[in-house]
Amino acid sequence: MSEHLEKVVQDFQERFNAGLHCYAGETTLILSREHLLEAVQSLRDECGFDVLIDATAVDYWPEQTPRFHVVYQFYSMAHNLLLRLRVPLDGNAPHVDTIEGIFPNANWKEREIWDMFGITFDGHSDMRRILMPYDWVGHPLRKDYPLGYEEPQFSFNYEEIDRRKPYAKE
Amino acid sequence: MTELRPVTVDELRHLVSERALAGETMLLNMGPQHPSTHGVLRLLLELDGEIVVNCIPDIGFLHTGIEKNMEAKTYQQAEVMTDRIDYMNNMGNNLTYCLAVEKLVGLDVPPRAQALRVILAELQRISSHLLWLGTSSLDLAAMSVFLYCMRERELILDVFEMVSGQRMMTTYIRPGGVWRDVPAEFEAAVRHIVEIMPARIDEYESMLTTNMLFLERTQGIGVISAEDCKRWGLSGPVIRATGIPYDLRKVRPYSGYEQYDFEIPTASSGDVYGRYLVRVEEMRQSVRIIRQALDRLPYGPVRSNNRKFVPPPRSELGVSMEALIHHFKLWTEGFPAPKEYVYAATEGPRGELGVYLEGDGGPKPYRVHYNTPSFANLQAMPILTRNHFIADLVGIIGSVDIVLGDADR
Repeated sequence: MSEHLEKVVQDFQERFNAGLHCYAGETTLILSREHLLEAVQSLRDECGFDVLIDATAVDYWPEQTPRFHVVYQFYSMAHNLLLRLRVPLDGNAPHVDTIEGIFPNANWKEREIWDMFGITFDGHSDMRRILMPYDWVGHPLRKDYPLGYEEPQFSFNYEEIDRRKPYAKE
Repeated sequence: MTELRPVTVDELRHLVSERALAGETMLLNMGPQHPSTHGVLRLLLELDGEIVVNCIPDIGFLHTGIEKNMEAKTYQQAEVMTDRIDYMNNMGNNLTYCLAVEKLVGLDVPPRAQALRVILAELQRISSHLLWLGTSSLDLAAMSVFLYCMRERELILDVFEMVSGQRMMTTYIRPGGVWRDVPAEFEAAVRHIVEIMPARIDEYESMLTTNMLFLERTQGIGVISAEDCKRWGLSGPVIRATGIPYDLRKVRPYSGYEQYDFEIPTASSGDVYGRYLVRVEEMRQSVRIIRQALDRLPYGPVRSNNRKFVPPPRSELGVSMEALIHHFKLWTEGFPAPKEYVYAATEGPRGELGVYLEGDGGPKPYRVHYNTPSFANLQAMPILTRNHFIADLVGIIGSVDIVLGDADR
């Protein structure tokens, strides 16, 4: 870990009581949801992490506390450093503050997370689905969302399966 | 079937200006079937006469659930899906995924495989830029450039077919190395491309770089500042055209890029013409890298010797019990990866292509997320197109070089 990153990590551990996880030369800080906005603001303004590269989420269903982790990947162009933040969220309908006001490109990334995982971002300016159709029900990347297959029809059960296929009713 | 609910302007009230609600400006759909949206992109335009007041991109028409599907497959099987994400950068997608898997399980890659990966990734970059050059100049009504570009792109796809049996969906780069060694004709075929390319790039440039019609359509169009590029997380030629030399091959080298001597082309204008200059120069630099890699292509194995992750060569199966067991286990069960998470990124033709990969101790990825350049770059469309003519909008979409498969995944 470089000197600058070490300083940032220490600072965050003291100020926000952040957990630290290192693997394969990558540094991850685990933050609680209340500290997210303040931490991201200070990352950009004080620590020089000026680019939000990526934001995504992970679902740990059937676990409930925490069920989701939101993962942010930051990059500092001046120091050439990467830092990841993870925010654990409890329950089936979690919500977390949007960081759109600090990094405008979080807008689409948070829309994608909402679309795929059903995590609500408080204060987001445009919380619509982005990848799935606008009238879709459910959040596909949740672990309790089935992958979905078409039932194979054979001669002995063709009629029976045909009856419950959605198109067959019309 | 459920009935489709009509979308009203009310739902988009927060995205358009007050003037649109009063009926002063017009809302117009462009796409998803418009020919110059390069696939299935829908743009909702707010127009004042012919001038774009606001442009709201709508994506997702090509969403195929690749990330979800990858979770249901083993690490080896899931790689096949990566080809289909950005169908103009198949080798790059494979490479990024393999780098992430190798990082997650701690696999080494032999030098020959590293050099082959570099050669193929750079060939892919040239072929992608050629397609971009052809189609985006077609958008600006320069028909002949397209035909010239397709001619050279075909040579590169022939090389891919030679090494992998497939022109596009190659899956040639595998975790721990590459699928198998390249055939004997490979070197001559790549050398031929390296020899002819510089003169061919001069040819394209002679048609465009100082062409008055082209300059009028590109200079000062779609300008974005360096500061905005950082704020919006843009990467690739878009950010380099504003003067920031941000290229992952230099700042965070992978696959041995630090050994090669090449430059990062930049421009200062930040407009469509700047992005054109950067990409053309990038093709020349790629040729330079390929030439160096070919000259010092080392001999040796092309796959890691770690039998817990990489299947043994076919020849060993008849003579070694161990090899047979490994072969069987790897192709039926797959290999387990630790309960950890990593992020690996490469410089794709369009910008930073990253893979966030999380394992759960089993043989299937728990979560794969592709952080794609087209998704990031498309988000800046409103800034790039503001106060331009509709005719220029087409040129701007072309200059950002979007691939909708890449944006929608």
